[in-house]
Amino acid sequence: MNLFQQLRLGFRSLLLHKLRSALAVLGILIGVTAVIWLVAMGEGVSFQAQQQIKDLGATSIIVRTIKPTEEANREAGGRTGIAYGLLRDDYDRILTNVPAVRRAVPMREISREVRHGEFSLDAQLIGCTPEYFAINRLPVARGRPLSDADLKNLDNVAVLAWEVAQRLFPIDDPLGRTVQIGTDFYVVVGVAEQRTSAAAIGGSFAARQYDRDVYIPLATFRARIGDRVITIRGGSFQNETVELDQVTAVVDDISQVDASADIIRELLGRYHKQTDYAVVVPKELLEQAEAMRLMFSVLLLLIAGISLLVGGIGIMNIMLATVTERTREIGIRRALGATKGEIVQQFLWETVVLSGTGGLLGVGIGFLCGPTVHLVRTGLARLMPELWSNLPPAIRDLEPRLAAWSIIAAFGISVAVGIVFGIYPARRAAAMDPIEALRHE
Amino acid sequence: MSDQRRAAADVVASVRNVTKIYRLGGHDVRALDGLSIEFRRGDFVAIMGSSGSGKSTLLNLLGCLDRPTAGQYVLGGYDVAQLDDESLSRVRGRYLGFVFQSYNLIQQLSVVENIAVPLAYQRPVRPGGQELCVRLATLVGLAGRLDHRPTQLSGGQQQRVAIARALVNNPHVILADEPTGNLDTATSREIMDLLAALNEAGRTIVMVTHEPDIAARAKRVISLRDGKIASDERQ
Repeated sequence: MNLFQQLRLGFRSLLLHKLRSALAVLGILIGVTAVIWLVAMGEGVSFQAQQQIKDLGATSIIVRTIKPTEEANREAGGRTGIAYGLLRDDYDRILTNVPAVRRAVPMREISREVRHGEFSLDAQLIGCTPEYFAINRLPVARGRPLSDADLKNLDNVAVLAWEVAQRLFPIDDPLGRTVQIGTDFYVVVGVAEQRTSAAAIGGSFAARQYDRDVYIPLATFRARIGDRVITIRGGSFQNETVELDQVTAVVDDISQVDASADIIRELLGRYHKQTDYAVVVPKELLEQAEAMRLMFSVLLLLIAGISLLVGGIGIMNIMLATVTERTREIGIRRALGATKGEIVQQFLWETVVLSGTGGLLGVGIGFLCGPTVHLVRTGLARLMPELWSNLPPAIRDLEPRLAAWSIIAAFGISVAVGIVFGIYPARRAAAMDPIEALRHE
Repeated sequence: MSDQRRAAADVVASVRNVTKIYRLGGHDVRALDGLSIEFRRGDFVAIMGSSGSGKSTLLNLLGCLDRPTAGQYVLGGYDVAQLDDESLSRVRGRYLGFVFQSYNLIQQLSVVENIAVPLAYQRPVRPGGQELCVRLATLVGLAGRLDHRPTQLSGGQQQRVAIARALVNNPHVILADEPTGNLDTATSREIMDLLAALNEAGRTIVMVTHEPDIAARAKRVISLRDGKIASDERQ
C-alpha cells in the first residue's frame, strides 16, 4: 500500500465512529490551538515590551534623578530643604568626558496644572531642549517643535502632547493660542503626535506616559519655575532642589552602549555622595525582556505540552477501543498475508491521521487568534466598558503575533503525539493471535 | 527437471507425520497424532469429522496460522514448521486463499476493495490489481455491486466476494472452512457450484465441513477421528 492508500484507509476506518474520532481529534485540536494562541499572545506581549524599550532608544543611556531615602537624607544633613539629583554640571561632564557620547539631552519635569479658559488638567511639564523630540522619537504633528532660539530667548512657548491639546482645545485650533501654567502664559507652537507609552524606567514599574506632557524650553523652565520646588505634605513644607531630572546620552553605535554606561556610572559616582540617580540602559532592558520572553515561551510550551499530552492519552484510549473492536478485521488481515509490522503500520497511520487532523484543524483555528482577540476586545469594550477601562494597557493593547515556529512545532508535536500514543495500541493489535482474532465475535 | 522432481511438483502441499499437542488446563491434548496427507494440484478435498476430531487444528495448520508440534508441512517449497511469524504471513499471502464460514469481509470496505485486501500484502507489489479485482467480481457474479458494502449484500453474495478475494493472489491452495455453514440450501448449492467450477478450472480446494451432502461435491473425502485419518476416499 502506498502512502495515499494508507491515509485513505485510516480516514475511512475512523469514519466508522464519527463522534468518537471527532472527540479524539478535539483533544489534539485544543492542544495545538493552545500552543499557537499562547505563543502568539506571549510574542505579542514581549513585542510590545520590546517596542517600548526600543522607543527609549537602543543606543541611548538614560540617567535619571532618584529621590534619596529619608534616612540617607538625614545623614546628608538635610532638614528644611534637600538638594539631590543630577546637576547641570553632570550633564556637561557626561558630554565632555564620555568619548562615544555625541549628544545628550537634559530634561526637567514637574507636575503642574495647565489651563486654557474653562478647561484645565494636571499635566506633566517638561523642560527640555529641541533634541528631546528627536531622541524620544516624538514627531510633531502640527506646528513646530521647540527651537534653539526659544531656549536662547527664554521664550514662553509650549508644545502640547496630542491628548493635552484635545482636552484643552476641544473645538479651537491650539496653535497660536496661550495656555496658563501657574501665573505664566505660554504660546502653543506645536502639537506632538499621539503615541503609546514607553517602557518603565528608573526603577518604577509604571510605563512612561506621554499623553499628559507639555514641553517648554529648559531655560524657560529654569527661569519661570526654578530648581527649588516647595510642596506641602502632611502639613509641613518640603523644600526640594533639583537641577535636572533626566539626562539622555546617545552614543553612535549600539556596541558602545555598555562601555559608555560604565564610564557614566564611574563618573557620576565620583561626584555624588549618595545614590540620587540611576543609570538605565534600554539595551539591557531589551536583553532582559528577551530573556523574559524566552522563559515565558518555555513556560507556555510546557502548559501546551501538557494539554497535548492529555490529547494524546485521549487518542490512545480511542485507539485501544478501536483495536479491541476490530479484532476480527486484524485476524482477517493477518490470515490474508499481513505481517505484524504491516498491522502496526496500519494502526499507526490511523492514529497519525487522527492526531494530524486535530493538528491541521488546530493550526487553522490558531490563525483565528488575531480576529478572535479583536472580537473579544471590541465585545468587552462595548458590553463592559467599566471593566474594560480598568484593565491594564498591556492587556488592552495586546496584539497577538503568530509565530511561524509555534505553528510548525504544534503540528509536528501533534503528529509525534499520534505516533507515540499510537505505538502501544498498534503493537497490541499486531500481537494478537490470528486464530483467536478470527474467532472473535 | 527429473521425474522425481516433476512428481514432487505435482504435490502442492504435503503434511508428513504431523503431531499437534495443546496444553489445556495442565493436560496435554493431542489434537493431531502423526498425520500424513498429500494434496495434489487440481484436487478438491473435503475434510470431515465430528467436533474434537482435529479438523479445525488441521485447517489452522494447513492455513499456516499455526505450527505443528512435530512433523513437517511443506507448502510452496517451504517447511512451514520452521518459519518465523513474518515468513508465515508471507507464505499465507502468496500461496493460500481463505474462505470462511462467516465470510469475514471488512465492513468499511467496498466489494472491490475487499477483494483487493490480499494484494496490499504482496511483496513485491503486483501491478494491475484494480482490473483484476473487477474481473474477479464479475467472475463470481457481482459485476453490478462493485461499490457495495458487505452490509448491503446477502450472505451468498458476501461469500462470493470472499471467494473472489481468495482467488486474487492466484494461490496454490484455497482453504474453505465450512463455506456454506451460514447459508440456506439453495444458496449453499450456488456456492458449491462456484467452488466446483473453480476446481474444474484447475484450482486446488481443501474444504472442511461436517455436512455429508456438501462433502459429496468434493472429489476426495478425508475423515478424521481423534487426530488420525479414519478414511481417505476418492469418489
